[in-house]
Amino acid sequence: MRVNDEQISVADSLTVLELLRQKEYPLTRIAVEVNGQIVPKAEYETYRLHDEDAVEIVCFVGGG
Amino acid sequence: MLHLNLNGAPCEAPEGTRLQQFARDAVPEADVVIRNGFQTAEDAELADGDSITLIRKGELPPQDVLEHMMAARHSPKVHETVKRARVGIAGLGGLGSNIASMLARIGVGHLVLVDFDVVEPSNLNRQNYFVSHLGKKKTEATKELVGQINPFITVETHDARIDASNAMELFGDCDIVVEAFDKPDCKAELVSTLLSESDTIRIVSGSGMAGYESSNTIQTRKRMSRLYVCGDGVTAAGNGVGLMAPRVLVCAGHEANMVLRLLLGIEEP
Repeated sequence: MRVNDEQISVADSLTVLELLRQKEYPLTRIAVEVNGQIVPKAEYETYRLHDEDAVEIVCFVGGG
Repeated sequence: MLHLNLNGAPCEAPEGTRLQQFARDAVPEADVVIRNGFQTAEDAELADGDSITLIRKGELPPQDVLEHMMAARHSPKVHETVKRARVGIAGLGGLGSNIASMLARIGVGHLVLVDFDVVEPSNLNRQNYFVSHLGKKKTEATKELVGQINPFITVETHDARIDASNAMELFGDCDIVVEAFDKPDCKAELVSTLLSESDTIRIVSGSGMAGYESSNTIQTRKRMSRLYVCGDGVTAAGNGVGLMAPRVLVCAGHEANMVLRLLLGIEEP
């Protein structure tokens, strides 16, 4: 699958939460989209990723 | 006969009429002469279809004349499109307060301004407030400033903290929402909530504009189907890396211009 324009290989049916943990993303500062659709925070634990999925993870930093 | 537009109304003048004479005859008290959006002292011959604005310095023109002036400057189609738009601003700090002013200047017709805080001295280094605003609600101060820029803009304010529970209630009817929070977890929560609960709202967000690294590292990127992120993406506000006016305003400019582009149907960052 593709994560932020990088091609990676992961176990099939990995959940979004497992991917985020694996990549060490700070869970409270991110937004996640899969194949053009946002994944609500409440679904990170149940949303399963599959081959060819395009995942975009935006990680925010503070200041404004 | 030349068919012209004077201060928003159609009018006629004989062929060969020159601009300054026309101005003196039409509105003798006017001391600002604008032809097709550009202020000029040149005495050019008028052409069919010219749009002429004649106003007095030091005086607010009536709404139709002000809008005619803006339409001539921004082009009528751009002006009409922007005027119809409804844009929400979440947070009125360094980004939000300055973006509100820019959106008011380009003539965005409806603004929804939301913040829970009051203006305090540490805001003055970058936020669009003045000493006279200290202690005032940011929503009220920004509304006042928008009115000083363009009194014909509709401003809706909410003195509230924004979270997943009320984001749609506050911004559900906006075309575009500007995310202008300070805290990264609030940024993420707003973006996730609005993008999942609305099918249409586009979000323009800010991430990474602290310090005084090069301005050229600040960019606008399209990160999701309905999310644009402006900033360098990495420079967080923190110990020894403060938020300072120049980079915050560069980023605010990126956000405001992306809002304008989206309103005009341009999706490229």
